Amino acid sequence: MQKPDAIPGQPQDRDIILRVQNLTMMFGLKKPQAREMLKNGHSKEDILRKTGVTVAVDKVSFGVERGKIFSLIGLSGSGKSTVVRCLNRLLKPTSGQIFYEGEDIAAYSSGELKEYRRNHISMVFQSFGLLSHRNVLENVAYGLETRRVPKKERMEKAMEMIAMVNLEGWEHKGIGDLSGGMRQRVGLARALANDPDILLMDEPFSALDPLVRRDMQFEMLSIQEKLNKTIVFITHDINEAFKLGNTVAIMQDGRIIQTDTPENMAQNPANDYVRDFINSADKSQIYHVRDFMQRPSCLVRQKEGAQVALKQMRANDLSSAYVVGERMKFVGVITLDAAFRVRAGEITFEEALITDMPTTTADTQISDLIPTASNARFPIVVLDEEARLKGIISKAAILTSLT
Amino acid sequence: MENWLTEFPEAFSVDIRTPIDNAIEYMVVHWSGFFDKISDGLRLVLLRVRMAVDLVPWWLLILFVFGLTLLLTRKPARALLYAGMLFFIGMIGLWHMMYATLTIIITSVIIALLLGFPLGVLVSFSNRASKLVRPLLDTMQTMPSFVYLIPAVMLLGLGNVPAVVATVIYAMPPIVRMTSHGIRHVDKEVVEAAQSFGSTRLQLPVKVLIPQAMPTIMTDVNQTIMMAISMVVTCSMIGATGLGAEVLLGINRLESGRGFAAGIALVIVAIVIDRLTQGAVREEGHSHAEA
Repeated sequence: MQKPDAIPGQPQDRDIILRVQNLTMMFGLKKPQAREMLKNGHSKEDILRKTGVTVAVDKVSFGVERGKIFSLIGLSGSGKSTVVRCLNRLLKPTSGQIFYEGEDIAAYSSGELKEYRRNHISMVFQSFGLLSHRNVLENVAYGLETRRVPKKERMEKAMEMIAMVNLEGWEHKGIGDLSGGMRQRVGLARALANDPDILLMDEPFSALDPLVRRDMQFEMLSIQEKLNKTIVFITHDINEAFKLGNTVAIMQDGRIIQTDTPENMAQNPANDYVRDFINSADKSQIYHVRDFMQRPSCLVRQKEGAQVALKQMRANDLSSAYVVGERMKFVGVITLDAAFRVRAGEITFEEALITDMPTTTADTQISDLIPTASNARFPIVVLDEEARLKGIISKAAILTSLT
Repeated sequence: MENWLTEFPEAFSVDIRTPIDNAIEYMVVHWSGFFDKISDGLRLVLLRVRMAVDLVPWWLLILFVFGLTLLLTRKPARALLYAGMLFFIGMIGLWHMMYATLTIIITSVIIALLLGFPLGVLVSFSNRASKLVRPLLDTMQTMPSFVYLIPAVMLLGLGNVPAVVATVIYAMPPIVRMTSHGIRHVDKEVVEAAQSFGSTRLQLPVKVLIPQAMPTIMTDVNQTIMMAISMVVTCSMIGATGLGAEVLLGINRLESGRGFAAGIALVIVAIVIDRLTQGAVREEGHSHAEA
């Protein structure tokens, strides 16, 4: 067997479970001609025009460390999905080797390949790839079913996985009854049910909305901690890649430009393309509360009481008002209902105030505020060091800053 | 000599009628044993289906349609309407004729499904089979159906048997087409997912592709039934019994009333079957909501 060569940018003493070497993938008929042209340094556009062959992946090499998360990032069309599909041979590489524990899977026979797929590697898909004619339990058990695990045993194992992704109680529901986040939990449970060594994830959270995506990322990390799987994670989102990956590889036009830890990559980008990519990182980590906060339109002094609060709310067409004391010190929020009850004499103005409000400061990063915002009933109050009301920031403002 | 600029030159004329005639005649003479077996088999199937249909008394069929409509649409008014329409067929004295027609339709549809579904599966997996079968299907569907009647009569005789054969030929193409279409259009990631878990060559179609294509295939059972119904009158020309024969009799005797009565009964049969199968497909579609 061919001995794996050294891979640039990665030290050799690590425990590499999956090593990809000079992986090349072409789509089209005249591949030999295209390979010749590629060797002679022709551009991909030239090759496509002359031979009709698309070079999707061009001599890609990397190593995936056991028990770690390897993020592969690139824009659509950069070849990242093609690479990941070569790792479980959904696509057969045109040339190059893929060593799993030292065995070249690119040369596997169909029998060996079946064993490899059933026992060592499984995949989670962007649009879930679930079987709509089966319920959650039967979907999760699919991989075990292909291996002919006895029914009782596979159902038990599937239930265990369903519990792990927090879907208990949903096992007999149809896929159509599930939200996007839940569907991907099913996808994850199905992939884990085979107890694979390697988990391939092809943009698994791209189809989910931002808050659900955060949950899923968190959940995936905690599962990874528990099970210690090796994960190859494909994404087009630099934040996701940096957040999840122990190692990040960035792809452009079928080539890997840089493979490094997130910290090193941020500090020493290999070229302008990488730098631009890193600069495009989540705005919520750049912007602060002050950039999005507003003055509350309904502001009442404590001594003015419920009558004024009611008048203010009516004038502004709002159902709550912010109450401040001396020198703009924040006291609390009063709702329309509570103000009416004060006027009716049922409770005092002080009793009516809601005082245990989530607060923040103007210098807080938007990203740190998202968990608070998702549970907040009212806009979040922005205070300075002396607890004076500086403004409010609405849930909508926080969420729109993410896009 | 004629002017070849204005008249198609006779030098190019080819006779395709004689070879076709000869081929059919050859089959009539030499393959008669084979066709007799087919004929006997079909006759037996028709007989069985007729016996099964006859087991259903008129009130049970009406009750069944009422109940099924109620179950599928949950609209009592509609259920009552369909039941009433069927009752009307009995009132105008065509109940037995309708049973004869239903026998032919049911037999044809079952045979069309039994032949068409496996062919559709085959076509979806093999590009070569697809290239071969597709033009054949197109021809089967576009060729005027009267054309089949002549060889069908010569090979199988008059009566319900050639009617079933002609109807199957006419009604089968959509089943083949939609089965293969449904299988080929199963979501790409679903197929990849199934492969990535190490499905075998047999597990993939049986556990994934065919069940996933089922909603599409079901929509087509409806189409096949409709096409079978549309052949009823045509087939009466080669001796098929039932409502079609009544229409034909109406034409021959210039009895408008007879023709219209049978025509109306056919329309009612078509409407009721169409609505019920469509409703069933929709129910199916709900439980198979897109993932």
